[in-house]
Amino acid sequence: MSRKLNYREAMREAMHEALTNDPRVFLMGEDVGMYGGTYAFSKGFLDEFGPERIRDTPLSELGFVGAGIGAALGGMRPIVEVMTVNFSLLALDQIVNSAATFRHMSGGQFSVPLVIRMTTGAGRQLAAQHSHSLEGWYAHIPGIKVLAPATIEDARGMLAPALADPDPVVIFEHAGLFNMEGELPDDWSVDISSAKVRRAGKDVAIITHGGSLPKALAAAEQLAAAGIDAEVLDLRVLRPLDTATIMASVAKCRRAVVVDEGWRTGSLAAEVMARIMENAFYELDAPVARVCSEEVPIPYARHMEEAALPQAEKIVAAVKGFFA
Amino acid sequence: MTDHHAAAPPAGAVPWKKDFALRLLADMVRIRRMEEKAAEMYGAGKIRGFLHLYIGEEATAVGALHALSPEDNIVATYREHGHALVRGMDMGAIMAEMYGKREGCAHGRGGSMHLFDKATRLFGGNAIVGGGLPLAVGLGLATKMQNEKRITACFFGDGAVAEGAFHESMNLAALWKLPVLFCCENNLFGMGTSIERAESQTDLCVKAASYNMPALKVDGMDIVAVHEVTKQAAQRVRVGEGPLFVEYQTYRFRAHSMFDAELYRQKAEVEEWKTRGPIHTFSARLKAGGKLSEEEFLAIDAAANSEVAAAVAFAEAGTWEPIEDLLKDLHTS
Repeated sequence: MSRKLNYREAMREAMHEALTNDPRVFLMGEDVGMYGGTYAFSKGFLDEFGPERIRDTPLSELGFVGAGIGAALGGMRPIVEVMTVNFSLLALDQIVNSAATFRHMSGGQFSVPLVIRMTTGAGRQLAAQHSHSLEGWYAHIPGIKVLAPATIEDARGMLAPALADPDPVVIFEHAGLFNMEGELPDDWSVDISSAKVRRAGKDVAIITHGGSLPKALAAAEQLAAAGIDAEVLDLRVLRPLDTATIMASVAKCRRAVVVDEGWRTGSLAAEVMARIMENAFYELDAPVARVCSEEVPIPYARHMEEAALPQAEKIVAAVKGFFA
Repeated sequence: MTDHHAAAPPAGAVPWKKDFALRLLADMVRIRRMEEKAAEMYGAGKIRGFLHLYIGEEATAVGALHALSPEDNIVATYREHGHALVRGMDMGAIMAEMYGKREGCAHGRGGSMHLFDKATRLFGGNAIVGGGLPLAVGLGLATKMQNEKRITACFFGDGAVAEGAFHESMNLAALWKLPVLFCCENNLFGMGTSIERAESQTDLCVKAASYNMPALKVDGMDIVAVHEVTKQAAQRVRVGEGPLFVEYQTYRFRAHSMFDAELYRQKAEVEEWKTRGPIHTFSARLKAGGKLSEEEFLAIDAAANSEVAAAVAFAEAGTWEPIEDLLKDLHTS
């Protein structure tokens, strides 16, 4: 029997399960305890698991993310929550210079089994210091894995394999998805290695991830009404990218548009496009297109914020460009 | 340019049994000879990249590390050859790592600044100033959550005190009462910037105290004082009193790295500090107390030189990691 729940509940269940099953797992971050989590992901956890394992931190992103790395080196399995990707920049040194390097730089002696979760993305009128999509930056870094759960199934299922992974995993949760409801099937176990087709089609591959997935699916519905059968591919795992699945969609549809809430220049979209050029150039009927965020700090006013972001209409327009 | 006048050389009776005293003396000599050879091999082009010598500061690592247990965690900086050696790493594995050879402790991936050793719980030389402090906090947290008895000793320089990582880590460790011993090696310069030009408050113990953390200041050139203070500090941390800060006042005799014209300090100042050199002052005290003869010193020195020669031979005979292994160990699986 499948059951209905929202993204927040799915992630909460996943953390609850991890905390219940493994005494090495603990949750650490700003207001994860008494406050119940900035987005109520950990509401009630403090009472159930106690202050040692549900650890409220001061506003010290560099300090507590680094402490998570140290705790992982010391035998624990920390889940470190960073309130938004913008704040994670204060901790970037520890993630890039320590977590990502230790295994390789120590000649294979020290692994860092750490999970870092953070909110990403715009759409809530939080302006330019709470709204950016920097997962593409993280996807640039060898030594970490980068996940972007965009469905109820992935929100429920990705944490367990991330915690089981002996190396650092960074999970990006798009704020626009938190209230999204969906059916969780009985078998919701997922891998953290493959991209997944969310809607099969044959005329164009819309390749996306995270908060742009619902927009891509909405665009596909509009396109269907116009007689264009779009496939929607959810990257899910941003590092390492599942190149084979991307190429399978591109080879089938012969046209591709990459949708990425990151800024266009140097974006993850650019990487996906480059891989398509390298691997599937002769399969293409048209140059690959992309829909990214406009290259400005995300503004506060709703109409301006909406104009800055990828939207279903922009995706539809990009796809129709192939058939004009 | 600020003058940093040196106090009188460390003096007085050494309150230790002869065996123990000579073991610590030997460790200082081993570090000195190993690093002199490393500098020579740098000149010969055998060692490349950055090479930061600890020469002059040996009493701090030797005195402090001999006050810790084998099960304790060590976090160190990029000036960590001495710490690695005293901790028990094979000198050959250290030298081979500096050479970039596969037989090095990290297969030549890290070099001089990144000596790692799981067996002796050395969690790296860290080349980000202050980068080790949050890791030490986390290691302390893991220890506490797993009810282990080990403590984490985190070495860092005075330069790290200006980093945010220092302040965040001191606060977290004190707030959570973690078993971390913060070992600040104050050699008066962050690279070429003297402490007076970097810190509004040059008394580093005041900073520690502001985090409600006990802080001790010790003459880092006096191995007896270093050892006794560290032993006492480690014991307090081990019984669960929370973290503790020790400032070791020391001095680097050589350049910051091999690319340093030393424009920022007077030669006379360096010479003045050399009168406080940890090896000759400790040797003199031992001799005065009848615990060391010149023959014994020469034997210690000869043994160190033999060990260095063997380490160099080991590094020279080492192999290069095959290029096919470039991506190996990026991930565990």
